[in-house]
Amino acid sequence: MIAKDQTPMRQQPPEERVANFDEVPYGYNEEEAVAEASRCLQCANAPCVAGCPVQIDIPGFIDHIKHRRFAQAVATIKEANTLPSICGRVCPQESQCQGVCTLGNRFDAVGIGRLERFCGDWEAEHERCCPEVAEDTGRRVAIVGSGPAGLTAAGELRRRGHRVTVFELLHAAGGVLMYGIPEFRLPKAIVKREIDALCDMGVEIALNQVVGRTRLVQQLLGGTYDAVFIGTGAGLPRFLGIPGEQLGGVYSANEFLTRTNLMRAYRFPEYDTPIRVGEQAVIVGGGNVAMDSARTALRLGAKQSTIVYRRSEAELPARAEEVEHAHEEGIRFQLLSNPVSFIGEEGRLVAVECIRMELGEPDGSGRRRPIPVADSTFRLPADTAIIAVGNGPHPLVPRSMPDLALDDRGNIVADAETGATNLQGVYAGGDIVTGAATVIEAMGAGKRAARAIHEALTRPAEPPA
Amino acid sequence: MFSITEKRRVGPGIHEYVVEAPDVSRVAKAGQFVVLRLHEKGERIPLTIVETLPETGGVRLVVQAVGKTTMEMEERFGVGDEILDFVGPLGEPSEIEAYGTVVCVGGGVGIAPLLPIARALHDAGNHVIGIIGARTAELLFYEEEMRQACDELHTMTDDGSYGRKGFVSQPLEEILTSAREVHRVWVIGPPIMMKVCADATRRYGVPTIASLNPVMVDGTGMCGGCRVEVDGVARFGCVDGPEFDAHKVDFDQLIARLRYFSESEGEAVEQYKGCQCGHEARSGK
Repeated sequence: MIAKDQTPMRQQPPEERVANFDEVPYGYNEEEAVAEASRCLQCANAPCVAGCPVQIDIPGFIDHIKHRRFAQAVATIKEANTLPSICGRVCPQESQCQGVCTLGNRFDAVGIGRLERFCGDWEAEHERCCPEVAEDTGRRVAIVGSGPAGLTAAGELRRRGHRVTVFELLHAAGGVLMYGIPEFRLPKAIVKREIDALCDMGVEIALNQVVGRTRLVQQLLGGTYDAVFIGTGAGLPRFLGIPGEQLGGVYSANEFLTRTNLMRAYRFPEYDTPIRVGEQAVIVGGGNVAMDSARTALRLGAKQSTIVYRRSEAELPARAEEVEHAHEEGIRFQLLSNPVSFIGEEGRLVAVECIRMELGEPDGSGRRRPIPVADSTFRLPADTAIIAVGNGPHPLVPRSMPDLALDDRGNIVADAETGATNLQGVYAGGDIVTGAATVIEAMGAGKRAARAIHEALTRPAEPPA
Repeated sequence: MFSITEKRRVGPGIHEYVVEAPDVSRVAKAGQFVVLRLHEKGERIPLTIVETLPETGGVRLVVQAVGKTTMEMEERFGVGDEILDFVGPLGEPSEIEAYGTVVCVGGGVGIAPLLPIARALHDAGNHVIGIIGARTAELLFYEEEMRQACDELHTMTDDGSYGRKGFVSQPLEEILTSAREVHRVWVIGPPIMMKVCADATRRYGVPTIASLNPVMVDGTGMCGGCRVEVDGVARFGCVDGPEFDAHKVDFDQLIARLRYFSESEGEAVEQYKGCQCGHEARSGK
């Protein structure tokens, strides 16, 4: 008999967790993991593997868990994905592996993400399976940006024996995993653990290095490095371009989350970076970043945290679990609404003026297009507004490389399979190529580029270094 | 870690530092800035570069103790001490060309970032007229350095305790109304001063550059805290600036935003002054 429901994951009760930044779900213990693993049908065609951007052998690692071969389960995942603790927590499994799970046709899909997380955490508590590093090839690769794409490319290249240096402009490595995703969803100690593992393999990380300013990609290639991978992400926050956006109390989600996560403003004054949150927070957007911002505002003392989203609940782009957690914590959802202006008094925000929307015909994205309803404006009182409507490409590297081919949105044009750009020796992947996407997509791109760089660097026709 | 190799008081609460940061020193140009973080629990603050000393890898900065971090720097960071993070150069460099006659206006600590621009303009063959001012005599610094960088120099204090009594906008207006042709003006100082100077040069149609110092966290285009409306469009002080066409900057918005953040800054300063516990450990001494 297969249990219809996914094995539940124990979590902090909502009323407690809104007052702290500790992680919300506790993760499976061994018994829970084995129980959940036993629900897997071990389908021969394994649709889940095709649904995974990095093609983890999902039935394989789940079978190991089922038979309590936890170390082998970890090793199986790590053949395809070096960051299981992170992906298990942040992947949108319901639209990837779990979305195509055969069991999901009748019952709950297998909790693949939860099992992946279990494996990553199990490894941290037991022996680390440090990937073997091949013999030194004498070739050097520079990675620009230490987010999911860059870290993955770094690990894959190092494993193949290349010397790898990762250049990061902030004072901590991890990119969006550090500055963007909150502690209660992805503890920073986990990110640090994964990065330490790369350093143990011999990856060098150079912090405070602004490629595009401190040094240029052209200089890296002309000097020490045989290839460069650009994984600088979608870091430039988009604003709405409506009146009042300059008012005090209006933040980009990037600023709000960076102050809180990277700079630890939630521990002000122990940490020096301040953050001001009023009683009424309004968050604009419906993705994971909007959920993260709304839940962070609550934890920083807002009495009410309201998500304003122009479509309906069904179209929310956030992970299902994040929406569920937001509901549990009492986040208000003002759906089918869109801000038209920020209202201020003496330079500070007091309200967000919104207009009601209705859904019309499907647009280019296949989702029904939101259309404003005439004469339907209304005001939400707000002293804090957080704009979470996406990010554009981080500008510094593209601006410093006039010959690099960009698309009309300013993203780098790179081959989907190899990450190759129009410039010899320069590869790119992740959000800087695709626009804002997911951690796992960026990791997939980093992995593919690493393979292509390795092939290029070890091609026999190439003259010796 | 980045060593402080020189520290000199140039006025009450104002110090000049040289920090050993060869990567920054090697490439920084006039008009650019750095972001630093003093210690593990510190905030990131932007500071404009005064001078680079490529032969020693030094970067010269002027810091006025106005917030928690700058006060801590004044009190606890001296020669031999180390700054944890030091990033740069950031921002677009000043556009230095042979314009003809250029007026460089600096107010208060704005004189510090103005100095390298005046020098570069002078080296590029411009006739450089300097105007520097401060509230009172003891807050005025770099007069000698500016005199060397400029072909002529006007010195002002609000209270008349040194130089001429009045605001920097007065000699600027006089130059603009005179028969002399001015091709470009640079103005760096408190936002209200930049606004007044920009209003003056707008009337005479003289292109004017203001160097802004908005709130920022990362300094590389990611937080958007430094956004400022220029010609009706939100631009980022860190990656599009810090210099903008002063005639198109919405200074009133900038002033309101700075006021909003100075309130949280006030809280941090209170905390810093009230509770000195643990600071010894934090500055790594």
